[in-house]
Amino acid sequence: MSVQMPSRQSWRERWAGLFFVGPFLLLFAVFLLWPTVSGLWNSFFNTSLAGVDQEFLGLQNWREMFADSAVWSSLKNTLIFTAMSTPPLVVIALVMALLANRTGVLGWLLRFAYFAPFVLPATVVTLIWVWIYEPGFGLVNGLLTAGGFAEIDWLNTENRAMLAVVITTVWWTVGFNFLLYLAALQGIPEQVYEAADIDGASERQKLFRITLPLLRRTTALIAVLQLVASLKIFDQIYLMTNGGPNYATRPIIQYIYQNGFTNYRIGYASAISYMFFAIIVVVAVLQFKLFSGSKEDSA
Amino acid sequence: MRSTWTFPKVATAVGAAILGVIWLIPLLWALSTSLKPEPETTRSPITWLPEAPTADAYRSILEQGDLIRWFVNSSVVSVLVTVLTLLVSVLAAFGFSRTEFPGRRLIFGLVVAGILVPPQVLIVPLFQEMTGLGLVDTYWGIMLPQVVAPVMVFVLKKFFDGISRDYEDAARVDGASRWRIVWSVMVPMSRPILVAVGIFTFIGAWNNFLWPFIVTTDPSMMTIPVGLANVQGSYGLRYAQIMASALLGGLPLLIVYALFQRQVVRGVGDAGIKG
Repeated sequence: MSVQMPSRQSWRERWAGLFFVGPFLLLFAVFLLWPTVSGLWNSFFNTSLAGVDQEFLGLQNWREMFADSAVWSSLKNTLIFTAMSTPPLVVIALVMALLANRTGVLGWLLRFAYFAPFVLPATVVTLIWVWIYEPGFGLVNGLLTAGGFAEIDWLNTENRAMLAVVITTVWWTVGFNFLLYLAALQGIPEQVYEAADIDGASERQKLFRITLPLLRRTTALIAVLQLVASLKIFDQIYLMTNGGPNYATRPIIQYIYQNGFTNYRIGYASAISYMFFAIIVVVAVLQFKLFSGSKEDSA
Repeated sequence: MRSTWTFPKVATAVGAAILGVIWLIPLLWALSTSLKPEPETTRSPITWLPEAPTADAYRSILEQGDLIRWFVNSSVVSVLVTVLTLLVSVLAAFGFSRTEFPGRRLIFGLVVAGILVPPQVLIVPLFQEMTGLGLVDTYWGIMLPQVVAPVMVFVLKKFFDGISRDYEDAARVDGASRWRIVWSVMVPMSRPILVAVGIFTFIGAWNNFLWPFIVTTDPSMMTIPVGLANVQGSYGLRYAQIMASALLGGLPLLIVYALFQRQVVRGVGDAGIKG
């Protein structure tokens, strides 16, 4: 179309697009690309936060990282958190969606109750839950002692602290998965159920023969999104247990944070960041494979 | 067709209501605590409801003023992040969807790859960069990294791709520039998705903890999530005050959600279908 236009015009035509993408690209380059590249660069130096006398170390940071037991234990904590939190965050969300898929006032109230915690900041959530877990007069221990059970110092006991964080996380974030399931449920055409009614299907049969099979793809999507989100755990643990007791809950991002901002070892923190980045990329690629592979059997 | 009350229906409604109450208990417990006089909060056995409700905790929090300061900071940051993200992302999505320029495909590929980079991985180099730019403890320092949302550019570009070109051709015949086409054709046609994207950007900016926590050291520059993180230490064990600040800190978004529930629910659905 524009072949015959004068050359001045076509020059403008060719470059006008950059005007639209320019502002975003500038910010993208400065606040995403550059730190991504400089992080990798730093991982080969013994950079400190002050930025003075950089010394090239080659792969020394990386070698140190693979030999550092704190890297492995915080990675293990991250994986334990992911393994403990993902199943309830998927299953409870599904149950909630099945229960709240209704119109009217009750539907509105249920959608409010189930999703409300999700809109709260991490700090609000953890202040409330630290108080709930408080020994002596917190809600949980208050109920335990009232029922004649022994108190548990949830956040200061090694094999209870992670469970406590998981319970808090499920309460806080399950609402998002709930809404994803709800949208999927509302996408199932009403006629499918009407046809089942004509065939005399019971509620139970409709649930197990129609609803759940049709939600299979949504479940896979939610599970993978949740997996990636859980791997990025930091806020709740930092705020509730500060990684304790005895580092039993410290996740990998907190270890990165400590190396960078407490020990001022930018180079070392960058190397660990990149290992974590690699894990996230692998999970994301698997996710892509999973979804591009399973498309045909769901349609 | 009148719906009849069969047993499964009643059981579902009751089960749903019970789960709803369980989900609200932590918030109600925080509310109850915040209305107690301090000595009652640490009494054993616990009392479910305050014996003599008082707003003392709220009064002393608000008199102290920190929370109000953080509220102002959070509002400025979240509103500006939302406006700037929408502006920059709409323009970029339009550019990638409707214009041609050298390297467009390659650059768009780079932007899509940027979706993969978790912000948590960037905290250390980004803080270094902010120190260099002198943006530590400033609104710009808190905001700018949050404005870069490649996933939003991706989602909007796909949406724009689906809008028929007939509309803009008609506008062009009427002499509209591309700039006009963005604002009077593309934006009005994508209002629902822009509202959804806007609400989620706002919630995300309001609740963001890690980055504002790292880039602010001056308490007067902190946002609500960051400021509240220090509350436990500074109030000691005054639980009624801690719960009052937590609830006041969470209230703005609870109100936003109550008002925009329909848009939020649909927005998550749209995001899920696209994801």
